[in-house]
Amino acid sequence: MFALFTNLAFAAGTVLIPAGSHRVFYPLSPEETEVWVPAFRLDVTPVTNAEFLAFVTRAPSWTRGQAPALFVDPQYLSHWGSPTSLGGALPNGPVVNVSWHAARAYCRAQGGELPTTDQWERAADATLTAPTGARSDPQMTARVLDWYGRSGDAAPGTVGQHAANHFGAHDLLGLVWEWTLDFDSQLLSADVREAGDEDRSRFCGSGAASATDVADYASFMRFAYRSSLKASYTTSNLGFRCAYSP
Amino acid sequence: MIRARSLMLLALFSFACNGAQTPGTPSKAASDETGGSKKGDLGPPVGEPIQAVLTNSPEVPPPTGRTQPAKVVVELEVREVTKAISEGVDYTFWTFGGEVPGKFIRIRQGDTVEFHLQNHPSSKMPHNIDLHAVTGPGGGAASSFTAPGHASQFTFKALNPGLYVYHCATAPVGMHIANGMYGLILVEPPGGMPPVDREYYVMQGDFYTVGKYREKGLQPFDMQKAIEENATYVLFNGSEGAIAGDAALTAKVGETVRLYVGNGGPNLVSSFHVIGEIFDKVYYEGGSRFQENVQTTLIPAGGSAIVEFYVEAPGTYVIVDHSIFRAFNKGAVGMLKVDGADDLAIYSGKEVDSVYLADMSVTPGGAIAEATSQAAAGQLTPAAQVKAGETLFAGTCSTCHQANGAGLEGVFPPLAASDYLNADPKRAIGVVVNGLSGPVTVNGKDYVSVMPPMSQLNDDEIANILTYVYASWGNSGVVVSAAEVAQVRASTTRPAGAAH
Repeated sequence: MFALFTNLAFAAGTVLIPAGSHRVFYPLSPEETEVWVPAFRLDVTPVTNAEFLAFVTRAPSWTRGQAPALFVDPQYLSHWGSPTSLGGALPNGPVVNVSWHAARAYCRAQGGELPTTDQWERAADATLTAPTGARSDPQMTARVLDWYGRSGDAAPGTVGQHAANHFGAHDLLGLVWEWTLDFDSQLLSADVREAGDEDRSRFCGSGAASATDVADYASFMRFAYRSSLKASYTTSNLGFRCAYSP
Repeated sequence: MIRARSLMLLALFSFACNGAQTPGTPSKAASDETGGSKKGDLGPPVGEPIQAVLTNSPEVPPPTGRTQPAKVVVELEVREVTKAISEGVDYTFWTFGGEVPGKFIRIRQGDTVEFHLQNHPSSKMPHNIDLHAVTGPGGGAASSFTAPGHASQFTFKALNPGLYVYHCATAPVGMHIANGMYGLILVEPPGGMPPVDREYYVMQGDFYTVGKYREKGLQPFDMQKAIEENATYVLFNGSEGAIAGDAALTAKVGETVRLYVGNGGPNLVSSFHVIGEIFDKVYYEGGSRFQENVQTTLIPAGGSAIVEFYVEAPGTYVIVDHSIFRAFNKGAVGMLKVDGADDLAIYSGKEVDSVYLADMSVTPGGAIAEATSQAAAGQLTPAAQVKAGETLFAGTCSTCHQANGAGLEGVFPPLAASDYLNADPKRAIGVVVNGLSGPVTVNGKDYVSVMPPMSQLNDDEIANILTYVYASWGNSGVVVSAAEVAQVRASTTRPAGAAH
């Protein structure tokens, strides 16, 4: 019973991310290094296996085997025991092996939407004590680099183990990758070394697509990771959470 | 600009017309050039596609043995794995094929390579591959950018022969390379490489961990050290001892050994050297020509060399980066063990092993041996200690403190009738064990100098020397035992940086 309550406590929660200015990692132009992010609500933790199971039970077209191949790749929910049961997957673990399409369907069913990259990055830029600064905070950077430094063979564990950040959100850094609504909007060349070079003509503004802080490896990785994805892809370290209007 | 370019093309043409040439045949003659990539397209692939044989280091795939260009399929899987980087020290490597360095790929000039890059589902990172053997923007990087649990395919024609590095080029590139994402691809010239008896694959890389060299446990990547190019480890084949001890490379007397050597970096260039051998040939920078009779060859990060040598004498040949602190303090040591019969005309082995004391020598009358055997029997007498100590003092101490213990005023403190010495025998032991630097006052004179730790002396030897010194030149006659030396050695710390 107690464990169930704990699950529900996480499952129910959203936090308010107040309106604020966010320093963009890859500015669209030299004049646009800051964006204004209006207030929104965000899930306290990534969506769990149990929550996603409840979703596919209500929306059978998203069960493994029935979801269209156009929307999910063959590894979709492959860590579950069966299309309709978790098997060894932890109920309180973040759901992974979900495609962008499936994640988005989930959020819409909850009356929300996937967070935009700006929303997600603004929420994740909070340190334990302040609304911004995680990207230059040694403690937060160490958490991310430490996560990068562990091999991805093991399942990611359970949500809510890391201390909440200033906004009250858990696990934005150091548990799993998370989908964003516009994950493919960074217009990064697939060969990053071209950034700011000869690809000027390929994308509007890509000539300026150089990072604001080239020593911020943790963020670099996140943007590189997102740009490797397609909307049908699923991986064993990629989950999501939802955003809502305030 | 256009004008300049056409002039350059003209120049290329006129070179190309300079005479008949066999593409890819190594030669020292400058006129005998291979023609480069312009002559590298040897026509469409012939026959059925061939699955490339890939090997882990230190093995090298067999020669292609082909005389015509083929279509070659290469399948390389990226895996992020946690393995030992040194004894008791783990590191999460990102690999091409499960090990560092990545799998060795061997093809022939003119081959069409269908490259499949697979990123294992357990990977956390997207990865790609830039092969320096590819002619085309990015070397394949953009075409092979692959999310975890997915695969990419691209095709290239290998136009230039040579030994090429491949590596991951995903952001942040430095970190992917620092984690071990590099390997070698050999593009054989059309005639193949000349046959040798042994071929091995050796690749150097530098690693940056949060913990110090050999600090135990799982060590994360240290970005700041990497940016500062302050390597914690410099290694051959991805871990300390990967090609040493039981895992040493092997050969037999009378064989010719060829090493395909790469340097993945990310930062350091290698002063590649094999102790006790001279490279008969070095295809420097992994290119088509060779230099002969080379002691040490420079291998840039992201570059390679092919070295060959014939082995005449049996024994262990130590492979090092002769930027030598990397070898002894960061792990850049490998070994080649050569079996076979001695050829004493080439190398005699040790012919004489004698004590050398130059003109400081007291004729060794077996005093040290006598003291040693007495000590072993538990019957060491002060007289034997003094006798042994006298010999050792002549060899080790008298250069500075002088044979009569008088020292050199203002430079080397006196040991004769020395107030400093007689005041505290324990302190004297400490000075010999740990050295002494900085100001001291001896017999009323100030000395500011440095005595290095006498790291080469064992407890018995120090006890004997000090007993001799205390028994001589008006000193107090204190007898110092090996046990006392051991106690001081155990209870004091050697200054940082002193040798063991």
